[in-house]
Amino acid sequence: MTQSEGKKRLLDTRMVPAPSQGIIPERDLHSTPVLEARHLGIEFGGLKAVEDFNLIIGKTEIAGLIGPNGAGKTTVFNLLTKVYQPTMGTVLLNGKDTAGMNTVQANKLGIARTFQNIRLFDNMTVEDNVRIGLHNQIKYGMFTGIMRLPGYWKGERQQHEKALELLSIFDMQDLAGVRAGSLPYGAQRRLEIVRALATNPSLLLLDEPAAGMNPHETEELMHNIIKIRDQFKIAVMLIEHDMNLVMGICEGICVLNYGRIIAKGTADEIQANPTVIEAYLGKKKEG
Amino acid sequence: MKKLKKSTINNIISFGIVIIAFIICQSMIASGAMKRSLRGQLVPICVYIVMAISLNLVVGISGELSLGHAGFMSVGAFSGIIAAAWLNALFHIESELLRLILAMVVGGLFAGIAGVLIGVPVLRLRGDYLAIVTLAFGEIIRNVLNCMYFSLDGGRLYVSFNNPNIPGTMLVNGPAGATVEAKIATFPVGFALIIFTLIVAMNLINSRSGRAIMATRDNRIAAEAMGINVTKYKMMAFVTAAVLAGMAGALYGLNFSTVAASKFKFDTSILVLVFVVLGGIGNIWGSIIAATLLTVLPELLRTFADYRMLVYAVVLILVMLVTNNPMLRSLFSQMGRRRGRDAQTQVGGADE
Amino acid sequence: MVSFLRFLINGISLGSVYAIIALGYTMVYGIAKMLNFAHGDVIMVGAYIAFCAMTYMGLPPFVAVLCAMLVCTVLGVMIEGLAYRPLREATKLAVLITAIGVSYLLQNTALLIWTANPKVFPSVFNVGAIRLFDGNLVITSEIILTIVANVVIMVALTMFTSKTKMGKAMRAVSEDRGAAELMGINVNRTISVTFAIGSALAAIAGVLLCSSYPTLMPTTGSMPGIKAFTAAVFGGIGSIPGAMIGGLLLGIIEILGKAYISTELGDAIVFAVLIIVLLFKPAGLLGKPVHEKV
Repeated sequence: MTQSEGKKRLLDTRMVPAPSQGIIPERDLHSTPVLEARHLGIEFGGLKAVEDFNLIIGKTEIAGLIGPNGAGKTTVFNLLTKVYQPTMGTVLLNGKDTAGMNTVQANKLGIARTFQNIRLFDNMTVEDNVRIGLHNQIKYGMFTGIMRLPGYWKGERQQHEKALELLSIFDMQDLAGVRAGSLPYGAQRRLEIVRALATNPSLLLLDEPAAGMNPHETEELMHNIIKIRDQFKIAVMLIEHDMNLVMGICEGICVLNYGRIIAKGTADEIQANPTVIEAYLGKKKEG
Repeated sequence: MKKLKKSTINNIISFGIVIIAFIICQSMIASGAMKRSLRGQLVPICVYIVMAISLNLVVGISGELSLGHAGFMSVGAFSGIIAAAWLNALFHIESELLRLILAMVVGGLFAGIAGVLIGVPVLRLRGDYLAIVTLAFGEIIRNVLNCMYFSLDGGRLYVSFNNPNIPGTMLVNGPAGATVEAKIATFPVGFALIIFTLIVAMNLINSRSGRAIMATRDNRIAAEAMGINVTKYKMMAFVTAAVLAGMAGALYGLNFSTVAASKFKFDTSILVLVFVVLGGIGNIWGSIIAATLLTVLPELLRTFADYRMLVYAVVLILVMLVTNNPMLRSLFSQMGRRRGRDAQTQVGGADE
Repeated sequence: MVSFLRFLINGISLGSVYAIIALGYTMVYGIAKMLNFAHGDVIMVGAYIAFCAMTYMGLPPFVAVLCAMLVCTVLGVMIEGLAYRPLREATKLAVLITAIGVSYLLQNTALLIWTANPKVFPSVFNVGAIRLFDGNLVITSEIILTIVANVVIMVALTMFTSKTKMGKAMRAVSEDRGAAELMGINVNRTISVTFAIGSALAAIAGVLLCSSYPTLMPTTGSMPGIKAFTAAVFGGIGSIPGAMIGGLLLGIIEILGKAYISTELGDAIVFAVLIIVLLFKPAGLLGKPVHEKV
């Protein structure tokens, strides 16, 4: 964090206490929260990587998850998406308990993500990457595909149109035929977001979406995240080290250190919190 | 849309080449220009092409190393041979073509069932462990077939395990293998099977399911995060390959008068894998060319008799070194640039 | 009961041979991360060399074994240097196919030199036997020798990898080749030494195998090779004690399976047990499961 003043705040939301715990945007008060984590935790061979993680995210909230390196932020994402099975606590997705589910089932229930170290299908085209995201949205069977039945042509056309439509959010429709691995870094991050969006999620998890982007690209990304939220009426939760982005668009922010939440609140509250400044901002200066 | 059209045109050209090759072979047979030894190789070539394409679905498209593909071929061969004889005894099917096709369907079906049974445990494993378990299953199938006895008495089929004393004429006689009633396999049917396999493979790859299979290969974790059921799609590729191998096996079995399970050892699985790797992993057309050349080559080397397998081994090692060593590769691509870009694309295929 | 003991001892003896071969597989896999399918054929070469040294040159058995070890060591290092080293950065499959090529090469060279006619391996180590239970249980000197050799090799290898500088280098390379290189370990030399040790062991295994099963052919090494590889995977590939346990268990299962279930299905039983073990322990008995970081 270079300076705390003069930062552009793009959203000005009134946050109110949620019925069960935490705070959510006032507008989401009367809908089921998209995510509710209660006492979530995981141990790796006795080491508690995440402990007593409680969080509530409103239906259309943009939430931030920040913390120093190694605080366990990505582990939280892996817990929410069921890459890891939590050893403690519960996760409710749109009010449904996700206990015992795997990654595929969690995705079908409405949680999609991007990865910190980009995981695109490098050898496929940009369009095919998005089509993979559309896998459970526009369907036809294997037999239909092999026999080239009418369902195949209809499905392929729909996938093609939908893929281009989604790519146009980031103005990438002209890159549809390009090999994904050959895209520049920033474009790869954007493609990952499009691919995740294609799975029709109600909660989109972005793991360091602005990493490797220049200030101009980051600025654009901020507007696009808001645009995605408004257009698709979904919630977004992001891990990010770029404080301009976090403070600019996140309505509720959660700070993690050593696997535990040390602070929760709005951007103003977080910036004024002495524990956060000590644990997080102090560290930041060293690096 | 432009991309789709381009691939469609490529496919039409490639199918055209295969069809022309078939017509040339047929006219050479008709005019007697083809040597007898080569003519005897035509059906095996078709079989190995289908084996190579189907294994490429597993190794290249779904990205799992299988070392037991010959096992599915043997299941197809034995069930096809038995089906051909039994169907004939039951329904007196006059048409050899119909009998052959039915035998191939039965062979594919049984190999597919074997594929499901084996795929369930195998596909839970990863990497080298998966490879060794496919090898193990291939050996188990061969071992079990060595103990199977089938006989036909009128329209009744007798089956026994480890006990040759069953009534009627023996169809499958344990380690001595299966006796084929009539050699009904023909080159045109083999060719039709190639076309069928190509259509299945190509259409599968360029479809929703095919993309899902390749996604699980390229990045399993990302594919799961996109809601793709990895096991289901790995299974789809595995079983499709097993069915095709079974059909090829039935064709192969009905091309000889006797077939023993020892024909489908580990070496046969490896032979097919060599076709796939030399043709370029994931490259369907490469598989066809490699399978054809490497089946004909030992035949052409017959004059060298004792040395031919030695030459084969040396060529295999050298090709692998040349296509995979970075230094040798850049050297060759420099030479290749002068002569066109053919070599380069071949190397690129093997690299994926 | 006595017959069970007899089968058990035979199983341990066969298992000891598998274990010695499996050690070669597992060490090479651990360090070079490759499936060396030619390893089984190195066994065959070792057996032929020992055979020739004894029958044609009349050398005493132990000198013949030393000759076989020497030839196989040179052969192993040559194979590694000429065929595998250029492919260090290549895909696994490319290395696998090359190894298969080397296997064909060795088998067919042997075919040219020694022809396909099986040679009968002399029973040189048969210097007597222990008879128990009124002669119902005979333990031949070959069996004792095989088991003793196995134990000695096991102890020596464990000492080597934990105490010596080269052994530690091997462990470092198998953990992380890149990091080992940065620490100044000569990776190529370490891999060469691994192949040398593995091949020398293969020669010993070849002689022991052929003194118990005296038919020697160019394909003699294939099946024991595949089974020893299975044993290595069974015990957890990359693990030295794993190879030992895997080899012994496999040998015992094979002999007992053949004796009590079905002679024809002996191999199938071995492979079925492997599959069942892998389903419950996907990295083998002593293998460490690998997790991909997300």
